[in-house]
This record gives sequence, structure tokens and C-alpha cells, in this order.
Amino acid sequence: MNIQIREIIARAVELPGGVGDLVDTSDLYEAGMTSFGSVQLMLALEEAFDVEFPERMLNRRLFSSIATIRAALEELRSESVGG
Amino acid sequence: MLAKTETATFLDELFDQGLLIETGVDGLYGRSGLFEAIGDGFQNLVTRYGGADDPEVVRFPPAMSRQVFEKSGYMKSFPQLAGTVHCFCGNPADHVSLLQTIEQGGDWTDGQKASEIVLTPAACYPLYPTAAKRGTLPAEGRLFDLMSYCFRHEPSKDPARQQFFRMREFVRMGTPDQVTEFRAAWLERGQAMIGELGLPFMVDVANDPFFGRAGKMLAVNQRDQRLKFELLIAIESEEKPTACLSFNYHQDHFGKTFGLTTAGDEVAHTACVGFGHERVILALLKHYGTNVKRWPASVRQSLGL
Repeated sequence: MNIQIREIIARAVELPGGVGDLVDTSDLYEAGMTSFGSVQLMLALEEAFDVEFPERMLNRRLFSSIATIRAALEELRSESVGG
Repeated sequence: MLAKTETATFLDELFDQGLLIETGVDGLYGRSGLFEAIGDGFQNLVTRYGGADDPEVVRFPPAMSRQVFEKSGYMKSFPQLAGTVHCFCGNPADHVSLLQTIEQGGDWTDGQKASEIVLTPAACYPLYPTAAKRGTLPAEGRLFDLMSYCFRHEPSKDPARQQFFRMREFVRMGTPDQVTEFRAAWLERGQAMIGELGLPFMVDVANDPFFGRAGKMLAVNQRDQRLKFELLIAIESEEKPTACLSFNYHQDHFGKTFGLTTAGDEVAHTACVGFGHERVILALLKHYGTNVKRWPASVRQSLGL
């Protein structure tokens, strides 16, 4: 999943240094992601994983790294499996 | 017809007293001489509090270049509020058909073409490209004093939410330290100024009305980073007080967008303090009543009334 998230970041967000040097816990905002970048990332993730982030998840921290994004996606998936 | 039990609103009272003048469109009103005199008093007060910084005074008409507007990114955030100026650009035959359509009560606006002008959504928007054209900022940065009618398409019966309203602004451009110091100073000054007028207020972290679901995310980002504060005064509702002053740190948004650079060759940061001209007048009228002669002597003195 992390590889897929990384690909989406590369596609949706303009980072000055690209995604090559990012590790899973790298802070995307520190890597140059703007507020608009985070919105574009959110929309791209929703499309790729066919999910909709609920309002409680729309915050700055959730989209701050590959690891936090993965945790959120897994939470959403387990919710939908659990019905 | 209004039911007899229906209570008159603050807007009704303002119309009855002739302070605001109906035009048939919600949020589009004329103003009386007294309304303007209160406003002049407030503007002089703002100048008294901010003039010592020796800002450069600049005034733009309430419209701006469409090209600059597009570049500003306003449509990304607030497409629902923007107003564009459209004009008839047809030939004499189109004119005949236009008149026929009007005569028949049809939609004559169909053939209107977007002009090169859009309505100014906030007083500072036309300033950034103008400032960037002057080249690199001096070491001390720059400070501007602006005022303009602004347009936002949000029809409402709340007199404090008008579609055409005036905004006075001080805009600071410089290093992050310079602009955040400016904003911190005005957070204090703004409270002292409204305190001088004896109006009850509160200051709170805030967000702009960003559009749609993506906008929720932008709003949360803005609040998390404490980029916007508002000084709120109860006008239309005690529970939901109205933002009368706002203190905004844009970080490098406008600097990057319009190519503003500091003396140290970094992207310039910007911040502004905005004063809702009509909102402060309305707060005074709401708090002290529409008979200005009965306002406390100290308030009248502060406003030169």
C-alpha cells in the first residue's frame, strides 16, 4: 500500500525535491507540500482507493506522511468491512 | 404581507431610520449621510491608530484585472463569492435580438461576454502585482494602507453581510519576522481601538469560507496553523458574533504567486489587518442605538461626531 500511496503523492503533489528521498515517516509539509497540495492529495487518494474521508479526518496531521495516510486508509477499510 | 406578530429586524430598523436604503436586492444598499459620517469617524480612528507606521496610501477602484484575479488563485478557494463583469460585445443585429429578448422577458444575459475586469473580492488583491513590479522589497519591507468597496456574492438579510461593502486594510510585506510582528502588534491595537469605542468584543482563531469538501480541509489547515484571527462583535446575533476586524498571515502565498522578494532574495511573506467598514458602523448602531445624539460623549468624541 505504501508504494501505491507514494505513487499518488508523486502524481498529485508538487514537491521541490520529488518523492525519491521520502521515507514513510517523512513530513510532507516539510518537504514542501502546500495546503492546496494536501487537498489535491486527499482527492487523489479518495479516487484511487474508492473511499471518502469523513469530516473528522480532514485535518493537517492525517495527510502529513505516508505512514499517517496509510493508517487512515486502513481505519476506513476496517470500518467498511465491519459494516 | 407581514404578519402582525412578526418582529422587526435590525435591517428593518436601519431602513426605517433611513440609515440604509433598499435597492430591491438583498445585501445591496445605499447609505445615508449619517451612516457615512459615522464611517468617516471610524476611518479617522483607524488612521490615528495606524498612521504612525507611515504606510503608503494606495486606492484602487472596486474592480481588478481578470488576469491578476485568475493568477491569485481566488477561484480555487472561493468560486461561490466571485463576481465577474460581463458586457455586450455584439454587432447591431445582435443588439436588435438583445432588445427583443428583453422585451419578451427572456434571458438577455446569455450573449454577455466576460470583460477583462472582475470585482475586487478583498481590498488587497490588486496590490500584490503592483508591489511586485517595483522589484525587490527594501530591507525594512513595505507597508500599505488600502480601502476599497469589495464584492462577494452572498445575498443575505443580515445587514452585516452585504454584497458590496468597504474594507480598509493595512498590508505588510517583508520577512516572516517582519510580517508576524506586524500582525501581533495589530492584534493588540485592534483590541485597544474597539475598546476605545466601548464595544464588547472577543478575539478568536478563524477560517475563511473555503468552498466545498476540499474547502473543509483548507479551513482546518488554516485554523491549525493559526493563520487567521478575528475580532468579533455581536450585531445580528449574540451567539454568532460578526467578524469586524481580521488579522491574517498569508505566509508566502502572495509572495510566491506574484513574485515578491525580500532584500535577502527570499520569497516575501505578507500579512494584513482588515477593518470591515460597514460592520463596525453597524456594531455601533446596534450597541448604542440609531439615535447618535444619545451615544456616550466619549464615543462621539472618538469618532468626531
